[in-house]
Amino acid sequence: MINQSDNVVKLNSINRRMFILATAKVIILGGIVSRLFFLQIKENKKYLTLSDKNRIREWKLPPVRGDFHDFFGNVIAGNFEAYQLHLIPEQVENFRYTINRIKNILDLTDKQFEKILKKQKEIKPWETLIVADNLNWENFSKINNNLYDLNGVKPIISISRSYPFKENYTHILGYVSQANENDILSNETIKEKFVQGLKVGKIGLEKSFENDLIGSNSIERYEVNAYGRRISQLAYQQGDRGKTIKLTVDTEIQKLVNELLNDKAGSICVMDIFTGHIIAMHSAPTFDPNKFVFGISQDDWQLIRNNPMKPLVNKTLSGNYSPGSTIKPIVALSALENDIVSTSFAVNCKGHKHPLELYGQTYHCWKKEGHGSVSMREAMKQSCDTYFYEISRRLGVDKLSVTAKKFGLGKKVFGELFYNEKNGLIPNTQWKKNALGTNWLLGETIITGIGQGFIQTTPIQLCLMTAQIANGGHKIYPQIVLNDNKQVKEDKFISLIKNSKHIKFVQEAMFSSTNEIRGTSYRSRIDDPKYQFAGKTGTAQVKRITEIDRELDLKTSEIAYEERDHALYVAFGPYKNPRYAISILIEHGGSGGSVAAPLAKVLFKKIIDRHEIRKNYETKKYLDI
Amino acid sequence: MYLHNKLENKVNFFRKIRNLDLILLICIFLVGLISLATMYSTDGGQILFHTKSHFYKFIIFTIMMFFISFLNIRFWFSIGYLSYLLIVAMLIWTIHFGITASGSQRWIDLYFINIQPSELMKIVIILCLAKFFHRKRLEKVNSFYSVIISLIIIFLPMSLVIIQPDLGTSLLISISGIVVLWFAGLNHKYFFYSFLISLLSLPFVISFLKPYQKIRVLTFLNPDRDPLGAGYQIIQSKIAVGSGGIFGKGFLKGTQSYLEFLPEKHTDFIFTLFSEEFGFVGSVFLLLIYAIMIYRIIKIGTISRSYFAKLFCYSFGTSMFVYIIINMSMVLGLLPIVGSPLPIMSYGGSSMLATMIGFGIVMSAKIHSEQSIA
Repeated sequence: MINQSDNVVKLNSINRRMFILATAKVIILGGIVSRLFFLQIKENKKYLTLSDKNRIREWKLPPVRGDFHDFFGNVIAGNFEAYQLHLIPEQVENFRYTINRIKNILDLTDKQFEKILKKQKEIKPWETLIVADNLNWENFSKINNNLYDLNGVKPIISISRSYPFKENYTHILGYVSQANENDILSNETIKEKFVQGLKVGKIGLEKSFENDLIGSNSIERYEVNAYGRRISQLAYQQGDRGKTIKLTVDTEIQKLVNELLNDKAGSICVMDIFTGHIIAMHSAPTFDPNKFVFGISQDDWQLIRNNPMKPLVNKTLSGNYSPGSTIKPIVALSALENDIVSTSFAVNCKGHKHPLELYGQTYHCWKKEGHGSVSMREAMKQSCDTYFYEISRRLGVDKLSVTAKKFGLGKKVFGELFYNEKNGLIPNTQWKKNALGTNWLLGETIITGIGQGFIQTTPIQLCLMTAQIANGGHKIYPQIVLNDNKQVKEDKFISLIKNSKHIKFVQEAMFSSTNEIRGTSYRSRIDDPKYQFAGKTGTAQVKRITEIDRELDLKTSEIAYEERDHALYVAFGPYKNPRYAISILIEHGGSGGSVAAPLAKVLFKKIIDRHEIRKNYETKKYLDI
Repeated sequence: MYLHNKLENKVNFFRKIRNLDLILLICIFLVGLISLATMYSTDGGQILFHTKSHFYKFIIFTIMMFFISFLNIRFWFSIGYLSYLLIVAMLIWTIHFGITASGSQRWIDLYFINIQPSELMKIVIILCLAKFFHRKRLEKVNSFYSVIISLIIIFLPMSLVIIQPDLGTSLLISISGIVVLWFAGLNHKYFFYSFLISLLSLPFVISFLKPYQKIRVLTFLNPDRDPLGAGYQIIQSKIAVGSGGIFGKGFLKGTQSYLEFLPEKHTDFIFTLFSEEFGFVGSVFLLLIYAIMIYRIIKIGTISRSYFAKLFCYSFGTSMFVYIIINMSMVLGLLPIVGSPLPIMSYGGSSMLATMIGFGIVMSAKIHSEQSIA
């Protein structure tokens, strides 16, 4: 039997031990409470953020891109509603059946069909599969009619880029296409706003003004569960549309220019000689930028890429050409400005039998029979090479290059605006020493005087040069974007010359070249003083003319395309009260007088007709304010 | 004398009801209510399987608890060894014919109910050891013979559970056993030395652990080691509790659990969900109820005349405390993740059955507190 005293001892022991444990329990309980306090009160903010991060996920939607407007407010690059077909694989009961049904309705090719299946495998079952990104109305309504049979398929109207004037503005605007890795890495803004399916400018102004045009993303905020599935929408934040960019370009003239260059390779630009506004600027051949928006097909791409006339090159800005005789006004001006010769200075041009000889090299005039004794005015009018050989020999290349550079040759006209604009090249002795390491030769000066040799200019530079001659030798800054205030420069309208008589003389000489008998572009003249213009032709050799060539004296059509001369023409008008300057270049077109100048005749008629409208539009705009 | 008492018992049935511990009962009902509400929340604010099942179990086991309470404490004393052997037999049965679920063989199929004998063992081991030490003189407690026997009693079920494998439950069983040894008066130095030895042998023990258990230990030491893998549970659980704040996100508004970031939210991590929805205040309130519950159990122990009842109440109360603390520490990132349910709150029939049997015996001790066991 249990001893009574033992029982007491046992009870004492157990109670003592209970007391010890009870104390320990209180301490441990305190520990748990303090842990709760630490997590729930002290660190609450941190865990609340973590919890929100867990449950809230944001979806960025593609921003709505800003428009491009022409001078008259017409939309030249806008947005349209693209009919798309979206599908969430998870919500489709029988994916195989549905996708085959879609294939039948839309008449998809096997290749397209496989592409969709491949895309489907890459995404998660609750993510959106874009089955078609640009359906036509017919197919879109077909899908809508069959929706009863297509569970989980969503016809969507989505906003996408469109170029209503198609190929007319390709080289100014460029085009947009799916953003690739390169775009994201090179532009912080694109990186920040990137979403699947975002389209960004690849070239042209679309690329230059990317950051203004892109707009801001709309944001959808969803609550998601642990598996990333959307549970409910918490918020929708409307993004801003990108800025609208207004251009100085007149669509009517731009369209005409495109027609004029149809089937040719070349460039035309039209500029306001006072404001520097680009009225039209085009490079041919061109292509339809709309094709790039949803990814160009392989066939179309090969067609553009392999075209020998190089539609992808913007010839106006990135084509470096010898200016040919279009440089002669600058040579004459430089000679007068530097007091090398007077306007009455005459040279006897004796034709091919008696060419100019210098250190064993011969320099021919283009005219076989020669021009006889010509003064400066006559030499400009008939574009006598021999005369310009002589005055450039006297002038020297360094003085010539100073004048040429003053008038905008040899440097980018739009500065950093276009990624693809080239500098051109106005050579001088220093340049040759630095670049080629050899001394300048006198013979090189002589051919520079007729725009051959090292000298290279872009059509836009020639247009600027002509504009500055036409406005009386005042500096202007060409401008293609109307509301771009970054381009306002202080030295605008400063005089580029010492004596205004000289520029008057050059203008007159150019007038004679177009409007007087024996002028090189006499056939393209307009007699009506309202439209009358003055110009200078140019024919740039692509290869050196050998003695054999000279004897053969082939017609343009008989020479291989690649070896034909480039035809150039620069002009300004109306002559009495000049307002616009143009430059025309036809690649491998032949002589400037017969190919390029006739286009100017059509062009000036349109430009000057449009002038009234443009002026009225401008004043009306001011009245509105 | 026994007969007399029996007669008296029958006469005094109403007195028995009056003698039920009201505070303990209220606490049990409160926790039951809270657990039902929480279960309702885990089902996403609907009465679905878990809520219904939990509700039925709670009702059935509470009724069972009343029955147990009315049985004389002597009855429990008399079946101490028998019940132990029965559960050990069930554990052996489990090893051969048990139902496998999530990688371990823990359940046996009793045709109408699936039962987890290891959970029952938690309570039965206390019963068995309490009976064992009831008659021991204090000086005999530390004798070689009694120490060895009691250790065998602990190690046998422990090893049977470990091979299931279920490390968490086997640890809880052994802790329940050790608690009884402590109250029985086993010399302090044994505890001290065995604690020291287990600490020293920890590295060796870890080398015997299964890979997933090793990862759990490593993850506990640094949850950010593998935030989407092994550390996921602990990180998400801490986020849930931490984001609750002072007053919580509100009933049925716990985003972490509602959006399925919380694993095992019905069972081991139920406190996390509760804490997220009811915050610091709610959590402390729940802890308080548990504390009162344990206090009442121990209080009943102190007023019990028999040594057996005292030993049982103290040990059961302490074990309950340990279960609660281990579960909460695990959920709050203070201990590595071992499967240990929160008594009554967690979903799971066997666990609730064991807890309710425990409460029943405690109630019985209260009602029969004057009863001494020869």
